[in-house]
Amino acid sequence: MASQDPRGNEIERLASSLARLPGLGPRSARRAVLWLVKRRDTALVDLLASLTAVQESLVECQVCGNVDTSDPCHVCADPRRDQRSICVVEDVADLWALDRAKLYTGRYHVLGGRLSALDGVGPEDLAIGSLLARVEEGGIDEVVLAMNATLEGQTTAHYIAERLEERPVRVTQLAHGLPVGGELDYMDEGTLAQALRARRPVG
Amino acid sequence: MALDRIRLADFRNHAATRLEGAGRFNLLIGPNGAGKTNVLEALSLLAPGRGLRRAQLSDIPREGAHGGFAVGADLVSGVTPVRIGTALRADNPGRRIVQASGAPLPATRLAEWLSVTWLTPAMDRLFTDSAGGRRRFLDRMVLALRPDHAAHSTRYDKALRERNRLMGGDARPDAGWLDALEKEMAEAGALIAQGRAETVARLAEAIAAVPDGPFAQPELRVEPAAPADAGELVELWRAGRAADRGAGRTLAGPHRDDLSVTMAGTGRAAAECSTGEQKAMLIAITLAHAELAAGSRPLVLLLDEVAAHLDPVRRAVLYERLAATGAQIWMTGTETEPFASLPERPAAWRVTSGEAVPL
Repeated sequence: MASQDPRGNEIERLASSLARLPGLGPRSARRAVLWLVKRRDTALVDLLASLTAVQESLVECQVCGNVDTSDPCHVCADPRRDQRSICVVEDVADLWALDRAKLYTGRYHVLGGRLSALDGVGPEDLAIGSLLARVEEGGIDEVVLAMNATLEGQTTAHYIAERLEERPVRVTQLAHGLPVGGELDYMDEGTLAQALRARRPVG
Repeated sequence: MALDRIRLADFRNHAATRLEGAGRFNLLIGPNGAGKTNVLEALSLLAPGRGLRRAQLSDIPREGAHGGFAVGADLVSGVTPVRIGTALRADNPGRRIVQASGAPLPATRLAEWLSVTWLTPAMDRLFTDSAGGRRRFLDRMVLALRPDHAAHSTRYDKALRERNRLMGGDARPDAGWLDALEKEMAEAGALIAQGRAETVARLAEAIAAVPDGPFAQPELRVEPAAPADAGELVELWRAGRAADRGAGRTLAGPHRDDLSVTMAGTGRAAAECSTGEQKAMLIAITLAHAELAAGSRPLVLLLDEVAAHLDPVRRAVLYERLAATGAQIWMTGTETEPFASLPERPAAWRVTSGEAVPL
């Protein structure tokens, strides 16, 4: 019976909330709760303050669709970023993954998904109109399509490339093939075939 | 040489069956329902996939047993035999486990050790049944020669389902979306068509190299339902949108290809040939493909009831050809007489109610 649970209702509720976080689960959640409970005056207070601050300031960037605490987001507002290049990604997670690598110096555009007839996601459900509007405004030289190498991702990339065809921008796409550090011997045939098809002249 | 010291535990009607002293030719003799094909099925699971019955794993464990099964065999090639095996554990009935030399490995890696091919009575209707069955038969053969075929097929099928959904929907499909999907379909479709054409060409070459004889020789051809060029495919689908919209699905494309088989010399369609001629042609295709696919790996051929439809002259020719493959051969039959013309003495077992006794 629930009343025999050694933890009180509030603690149980916290554990159950944390358990839902990606990658956590009930066991890790209980461990995290116990850790927080033991540090109720330091870590718990700090976490609470961070959560509240994020909750109050969380906004979607009206320019690129990134999730941040300011609008425009810190990427769009950064004057050192290349204003002439837009990298289009499916989701915020992809933006964060790319930006963690600190290789791309331009700005982003988050579509909020990928075309999928079976999942009922059409062009009007994605932030494609706002991408076209950004390009229309001018001052953009290159649009980098950084969709996933899945069927839906690539279909979305083709679709956007076609919509951009008449516009005076260079449209490029991330390469598919061998991962860096990959050994041919361990590569699956699909990847090898793709890498072979996309081979290019050296030097 | 290939498999020996074979052990089946709780596999279908075999509680604990051992087969030792296997040779190049191996016979399983017994009445219907004795469990001969079950032995072949067990051996077919020493390759990746679902085996020669394409069975659900949960159907395999012996009734009344604890809910698992095990199959093991020595792969004899080189000096030290390698023990390979596969098993289903009752506490994890969703996935079969595979071992080589005592270490677990993914089932797909069994293919690194040996190549197993089979011919069953269920395949006898191949030429008379639907184009879909022949397409799947062809694609399995392509896959064995070009492992990337699976990725292209998956991609094509997925794009096709997406396009069909758009074509079957209430709203008028977005033209740009169709363009994008058709581009993906065309890229994958062209690779599928190339794989099929290349495989059929290699098979035809291998079959042509076999000397003429009393055996019906098949002539293979892909009956393409669409062009094999990505650019032409894009044009085909763009032009067919109105018709596809009316039908609510994609009417043309590599998903409608067929494998055409005719008898060499006469040009007669395989479906119109006699049962024996059909069997002979199916055997010729299977042997040619098995040899191509095996490459340098040991090849095991599982032939269920193959002697049944062949006259004595053609049986003798078949045995000679089997001997020439260098493969290990496993055959089933209700009696030993049809195997009297084997070129060498076979290892033989009598199989009755899930038990095998050396003959």
